[in-house]
Amino acid sequence: MSLTLTAMSDSAVTSGQQQWSGSGPPPRPSRGPYISAITNRTTNLGIRGAMLFSVGVFLALVLNLLQVQRNVTLFPPDVISSIFSSAWWVPPCCGTASAIIGLLYPCIDSRLGEPHKFKREWSSVMRCVAVFVGINHASAKVDFANNVQLSLTLAALSIGLWWTFDRSRSGFGLGVSIALLATLATQLLVYNGVFHYQGLQYTSPDFLYIRSWLPCIFFAGVITMGNIGRQLALYEYKFIQEKTHQD
Amino acid sequence: MTLREQLREKISAAFYRHGLLCASYPVPIILFTSASILTCCYPLLRLPLPGTGPVEFTTGVRDYSVPSHEPQGDLGERPDWYRGPPVAYIQQVLVKAAVSPWDSSLVTVDVFRSPLSRAFSLLEEIRNHVHSDSSGIRSLETLCLQVTGLFPGLRRMQSVLPEHGCLLVSPGNYWQNQRELFDSDPDLLKTIQKHEPKGLHTSATLRDLLFGVPGKYTGVSHYNRKRVVTYTITLVLSSYDARFLGSLRARLKQLHPSANCSLRDDHMVHVHFKEEIGIAELIPLVTTYIILFAYIYFSTRKIDMVKSKWGLALAAVVTVLSSLLMSVGLCTLFGLTPTLNGGEIFPYLVVVIGLENVLVLTKSVVSTPVDLEVKLRIAQGLSNESWSIMKNMATELCIILIGYFTLVPAIQEFCLFAVVGLVSDFFLQMFFFTTVLSIDIRRMELADLNRRLPAEAGLPPPKPGPLRPREVPPPPRPSPHTITLQTPAFRNLRLPKRLRVVYFLARTRLAQRIIMVGTVIWIGILVYTDPAGIRTYLAAQVSEQSPLGDPGGGGLPPHLGVAPVFRGGDPTSTLSIHPAPDPTPLPENQSQGHHGSARITWGAEDEEGWRRLSFRHWPSLFSYYNITLAKRYISILPVIPVTVHVSPQEAIETRHPQDTRHPPPPIPKVSADLQTDLTLYKVAALGLAAGVLLVLLLFCLYRVLCPRNYGQNGVAHGRRRRGDLPCDDYGYSPPVSEISPLLLRGHSMDIECLASDGMLLASCCLAGQIRVWDAQTERHNIDFVGGATEPECLGSEARGPSVSGDGLSEEEDSYPLRHRTAPARPTLFTDQPDLTPLIDTNFTSQPPSHLSTPPREGFDFGGLVERAYIEHEPPSNSTYPSPSSASSSPPSGAQLQRRPSLGDAAAFLTQERASTAGTQATADWESSVWAMELRGNLIAAGRSSGKLELWDAVEGSLRCSNEDGVSGITALAFLNNRIVAARLNGSLDFFTVEINKPLCLLQYRGAPGRGSMPPSPCYSSEDVISCQLTRSVQCAHQKPITVLRAAAGRVVTGSQDHTVRIYRLEDSCCLFTLQGHSGGITAIYIDQTMVLASGGQDGAICLWDVLTGSRVSHVYGHRGDVTSLVCTTSCVISSGLDDLICIWDRSTGIKLYSIQQEVGCGASLGVISESLLVTGGQGCVSFWDLNFGDLLQTVYLGQSSDGQGVRQLLVLDNAAIVCDFGSELSLVYVPSVLEKLD
Repeated sequence: MSLTLTAMSDSAVTSGQQQWSGSGPPPRPSRGPYISAITNRTTNLGIRGAMLFSVGVFLALVLNLLQVQRNVTLFPPDVISSIFSSAWWVPPCCGTASAIIGLLYPCIDSRLGEPHKFKREWSSVMRCVAVFVGINHASAKVDFANNVQLSLTLAALSIGLWWTFDRSRSGFGLGVSIALLATLATQLLVYNGVFHYQGLQYTSPDFLYIRSWLPCIFFAGVITMGNIGRQLALYEYKFIQEKTHQD
Repeated sequence: MTLREQLREKISAAFYRHGLLCASYPVPIILFTSASILTCCYPLLRLPLPGTGPVEFTTGVRDYSVPSHEPQGDLGERPDWYRGPPVAYIQQVLVKAAVSPWDSSLVTVDVFRSPLSRAFSLLEEIRNHVHSDSSGIRSLETLCLQVTGLFPGLRRMQSVLPEHGCLLVSPGNYWQNQRELFDSDPDLLKTIQKHEPKGLHTSATLRDLLFGVPGKYTGVSHYNRKRVVTYTITLVLSSYDARFLGSLRARLKQLHPSANCSLRDDHMVHVHFKEEIGIAELIPLVTTYIILFAYIYFSTRKIDMVKSKWGLALAAVVTVLSSLLMSVGLCTLFGLTPTLNGGEIFPYLVVVIGLENVLVLTKSVVSTPVDLEVKLRIAQGLSNESWSIMKNMATELCIILIGYFTLVPAIQEFCLFAVVGLVSDFFLQMFFFTTVLSIDIRRMELADLNRRLPAEAGLPPPKPGPLRPREVPPPPRPSPHTITLQTPAFRNLRLPKRLRVVYFLARTRLAQRIIMVGTVIWIGILVYTDPAGIRTYLAAQVSEQSPLGDPGGGGLPPHLGVAPVFRGGDPTSTLSIHPAPDPTPLPENQSQGHHGSARITWGAEDEEGWRRLSFRHWPSLFSYYNITLAKRYISILPVIPVTVHVSPQEAIETRHPQDTRHPPPPIPKVSADLQTDLTLYKVAALGLAAGVLLVLLLFCLYRVLCPRNYGQNGVAHGRRRRGDLPCDDYGYSPPVSEISPLLLRGHSMDIECLASDGMLLASCCLAGQIRVWDAQTERHNIDFVGGATEPECLGSEARGPSVSGDGLSEEEDSYPLRHRTAPARPTLFTDQPDLTPLIDTNFTSQPPSHLSTPPREGFDFGGLVERAYIEHEPPSNSTYPSPSSASSSPPSGAQLQRRPSLGDAAAFLTQERASTAGTQATADWESSVWAMELRGNLIAAGRSSGKLELWDAVEGSLRCSNEDGVSGITALAFLNNRIVAARLNGSLDFFTVEINKPLCLLQYRGAPGRGSMPPSPCYSSEDVISCQLTRSVQCAHQKPITVLRAAAGRVVTGSQDHTVRIYRLEDSCCLFTLQGHSGGITAIYIDQTMVLASGGQDGAICLWDVLTGSRVSHVYGHRGDVTSLVCTTSCVISSGLDDLICIWDRSTGIKLYSIQQEVGCGASLGVISESLLVTGGQGCVSFWDLNFGDLLQTVYLGQSSDGQGVRQLLVLDNAAIVCDFGSELSLVYVPSVLEKLD
């Protein structure tokens, strides 16, 4: 989380700088390289991507740990190594995916021409992240009677998440499609034997459990990352708006 | 829809009434709410404290049966974890062995070698014990806990702990339970020590595990004075068979009777272990908490425009937390016991309940009209938001209800808590928070009232009446170009909140204190209630002193009752005992007691010897076999005492050949107690060291994270765009007082000098023009007179008088001053009649007297001028017509020879003078004005040619000039009627301004704020003013004088020759030469109170005592030159080339904090009030709160500037500041800031 925090404080700084540079007189050669880099659009994109990536990696690690927990005995000799009990490429994958999603959301918003206005503030984003972690927590810790129940509960929670923090059609559509795609990809990987759900407490035979579990988590994750991405993009949006206003 | 509307209306009305109620009776309501919170939280006292210590439950052995899984009816005192069979039963055989009688020929090794060797025979006995009765034959193998393998990571334990088969541990495990290995071991202690982990381990060590008693009680050491060795053989049983255990107990007792043993064997203790929190669980937990704190932070940050942000934020958090506590308390009250891990679900509960409503309420109330009564504001704010609050709450309840129907017990419980929490949160919001809000807003209004009263009263201090009849400014009227601010109650300029948070935390250390106190309390409680803690210790002490006292009771927490037992019951009598071989009474038994030193005693502490072990003992033993005890329990059976006496002969026989070769142990001067205590001291010392280290580390961290320059962080985000009205997502845009600068245009080139005496403002640009503006009223640039030279203008139109009045339109009210100047004009301009109109004197106050052009309600003295007026017709009053546009277009024809040019009337006057007075004026065109001062209505201008000129500021006429010096005037000071000029060659000239005619007393003008200063006289135009060089100090400095300041009858000069000199103004005598800088002097500050501060190129700042010439303090604060210095009564503010603004304590010379500014910002500083600092930046000025060092506001001077830095900044007395901005002057009026900050 510290990563997220630093990312956010970074973003706050960034935004401050952006606002400042935007509000000051138009671009001057005397500007420092940092500020001009931030005002640059592609660089801005890069920075946002990097932030989203780190948030994604961090969340993947933590949530993976949450799933691992049940296996952990009282005094495991190697707690730290269990953080990385998944295959090494899982966190980077999650990070990349979250970066893509986080950039995709504002992009689609601007393409559709309906900027997302609902609850645009960091506190709401934090709430969203907390609920997302909570859904993961619940799925890891709570004993469900059967998979259908688990599936339904998670689905209800995910939809609730979307309704509380997003409420945009594009967000829903994107979330559902990405969740389906990701689930499909994971299943393919599993059937091909690449990835054995290491670290999850249910090993190979319990595909059904995983199947009931994954899409909802994916959906909630997509909504969350989209939320963060939109919030980050808000600064750039503001900046550009100011610029056009100036022109 | 109508139903909905009706509902909405009703809700709104209800909320309105409720708001009125809350705001009317704040105190009773808060008391009532607090009482209800406490009542609802009362059941929480019964909940166990969070902690990881195990809890115990004691039952009797006789009627023991494995508890069933289902909770039974009469649970009585049974804890809820006491269900189902335990993980294991622990049977310990406590062996006390001693060599008896002790022989002096024995060596120390004998103390434990032969007693330990008895363990093997005992083990054999236990393993081979078979109990057979009607139900079959049972041996240990059938009952014991079969383990299958050690935890993979424990290779080093492999040789010691049993890998498979029965889990049975004893000291014999060190030697693989083989007597031969034991006998051939030359050094037993080494073998034992070999397996000890390096370093300090507080939890169970292998030695503890195998011996079953804490290391210091075993007696296996060279320094055993008691010569009694204690160890246990621990059997871990998977099922309980009373008969087998009874027979085993009887058998062992028979073999090794313990004579004076009165241990009770009727208690069975069940120990329940809570969940251990490992790192793996801690990380997600910490993550959720960090997210929670970020959420709270981002939420409370939005609270704005209230009296005490922190108070309200605290109230909001209290609302949420106590609603949670209330929810748990209520649920407990109605019989629902929380099974969820409170710490884990707590963040989610907070997030679900949320702080949103509270914020919405605040916003809503705050955005109601300020002029309403507080009660009405609260009521209105509440009713405005009533619908959305109700809607949100209904939605959340719905969502939670959906969650309730998932039928998963954990989620249901969560939802139940959340529902109750939501409802109680709503209750608290309505009663608690609303009331707090009303109190806050009332406080704010009171504060506003208090603050405004003296401010208004003290604003224009009545001046000596007859002398200054025109000091009273006209009441400000809302004209388009004055700055209109919203209602005064809401000017909150404190924009960066982050700084305030940091500063608040740093100042009060609130968080640290709370955490500290909480931790201490928690630790105290844990230590007290922990089974291994102080309570048990105390109980043990007590029971030691009275051996017959009830030993077990004291050690148990009160809520775990001791089950009634049959005290006199003898378990062995009820059991059929397997016929054992006849016990051969050991001869040693009779001999015991001969030697008191080897006496084996059984005390109460032996009864539950496992209590002295670490509470991690059992979990760690089981964890080696990958069995977790978390949330499960084990049952510990009463120990079987075994007393073994070994004869000295036997001890000698079992000796290893090497034992005797051992050096005789040093006489244990240090007693064994001390020896064992030594580890304790070690632990304590290490703990202390660790604590100190931690404190140091935290201190360093604190220093790194919060250095004293709290202001530094604010810069990056503090910049605020002009016109960027913050509008939050709820659609409220807070009333913001935007300070908009007024641009005074008129100069064609960059402004070089600025001078003001509070009433008038003079500026001089590179082109040599001097413009005078009226600074006193908000309606600034009144009239001006430019006295100026304009080479290109003159060059092109040298033939004729090319100067014309700058049609500076003065709109409304005027000053008597101008009434005066109007009649004065004719006398002055007699020889140039057509120039008279050029001085702008159109005043609304007397349109009839001069009205000739109706549209412009002012003078019109000629057609051309009128045309100029039309040309310059301002599009709006606030944007002043820029004469520079007119002047920049070159005059294109003869008919334009009177075109208004920038060279205003006075420019003409100089021209006129040039033509009349001779050639000396022509030199002026080449020289530029380097220094300028304004006093009364005289402008003193020092030129690069060394000429000193005195201009009339009102009329724009050159009153006199002095050309005694040839070196350029670098600095000027004008005090009373003396002018001090510093020249480039380091000389200092003192001039006296003499007026031939007595002063016109009616015309006093002066700085209203500087009451102590004699008001500078206003010279009327009739006076003949002459300027005499009274004294010239040649070589006042070796190098050019850079700074010159005058105040309080002193003139202070600073030069590049590293010295500062103080002169007396009256007799121009040098009082002191102050040496102390190692670089040229760049800045000097002196004020009426005789405070002198100087800054140099070496970055040093010196404070001097002007009376004695001694240096008060000397500090280094900047890398590079100190560019400007200002003092308030409490602090010194300096800015340097390194873009740093440092604030120093004036009395101690300690740096309070520093503010890092943007690169390339201006170096100009100004202090508006005691706590308000103005700095100039790139195209903007920033206001800082001096007390906190945070940025209040940044005002951007222009939209399209090309980043002109503000180089000069003047603070006028009416809380306005003037700064140069390229070729423009900018006047920023900051009334609100003064009001808000005391």
